[in-house]
Amino acid sequence: MKQWTNFSKGFFKENPVFILLLGLCPALGVTSSAINGLGMGLATTFVLVMANMVVSLIKGFIPEKVRIPSFIVVIATFVTIVEMTMQAYAPALFEALGLFIPLIVVNCLVLGRAEAFASKNNLVSSVVDGAGMGLGFAMALTMLGGVRELFGSGQLFGFVLFPEEYGMLVFVLAPGAFIGLGYLIAVLNRLTKA
Amino acid sequence: MSYFLIIIGAIFVNNVVLAQFLGICPFLGVSKRISTGVGMTGAVAFVMVIATIVTFFIQNLILIPFGITFLQTISFILVVASLVQLVEIVLKKISPPLYQALGVFLPLITTNCAILGVAIMSVGNEYNMVEAVVFSMASAVGFGIALISFAGIREQLDLMDIPEGMQGAPVALVVAGILALAFMGFAGMV
Repeated sequence: MKQWTNFSKGFFKENPVFILLLGLCPALGVTSSAINGLGMGLATTFVLVMANMVVSLIKGFIPEKVRIPSFIVVIATFVTIVEMTMQAYAPALFEALGLFIPLIVVNCLVLGRAEAFASKNNLVSSVVDGAGMGLGFAMALTMLGGVRELFGSGQLFGFVLFPEEYGMLVFVLAPGAFIGLGYLIAVLNRLTKA
Repeated sequence: MSYFLIIIGAIFVNNVVLAQFLGICPFLGVSKRISTGVGMTGAVAFVMVIATIVTFFIQNLILIPFGITFLQTISFILVVASLVQLVEIVLKKISPPLYQALGVFLPLITTNCAILGVAIMSVGNEYNMVEAVVFSMASAVGFGIALISFAGIREQLDLMDIPEGMQGAPVALVVAGILALAFMGFAGMV
């Protein structure tokens, strides 16, 4: 039961993007389509789970003073693994996500969970927390990507719902990311308060 | 001429914050007051230029000659993290007033993706030394312009009557979107 709350808090109560406003750079940068958002979300989930796992295992050995650099090295290692795997097996996604794959290293969400949760909790809780937070992040990115893709080009996951001429181009471009996320948060605020 | 194109491109056309979505965390986090925005910009500009120079040498003198470019992400982030610490220590010793002004912002910079992003981009664009320095300075100026103008708007927003659901983050994001829309007017200039 405790693990379930641990897992599910990442989706709504402490959703990293909608509530905590962490990791917004990739959330805005890569969500021009739902599938890109999902890809980025899953890549971050992998890094988050593995980093949380390793950090909770080595937390006893790391001196207090050098813990942040050590966490960053752990995170950077898994980011490099993701980067190379994606380049080999999903080159199209790798092209689309571009600069934001190496930038998972500086995603405040990953470092934030390592510092705030994994360095204080046991292995199982840390892995569960990483998975919940990561999937909540992936869900938020997929939602934002879906909204932008739908309004911008009339598609959802690449399926055409209405002709592209009727779409609002601005949603696919940079300003649409800010405006789309702003209104998405406003709608969620309204729903959770009501 | 090419320097001019790099400067205009980095400040306006491909603004780090509003077109490339780098450094959104400080952009939203420290933009409540213009004065904190100015402090953050100073700290970012300082670290960004030094980090770009150091990573330039690491890329060209270590990673490429030894064929270990896959270590780029790890080595660059280590450079940025240790550089921030170093700058903090040195600044505290040699220029206490500057340290007072930038101090609180320095630790935050480690996880500012604009620093790492600009370092990776200037390596990826295969700039030479001078071009890389110009590019990083211009990117920092672009970051500053976006952050300070956004902070100015947010100071005004405090006085506005905003619908309940839109208060806080949503309205800030929509304002950032409109700012990005304005910057899109520069698209196609370079």
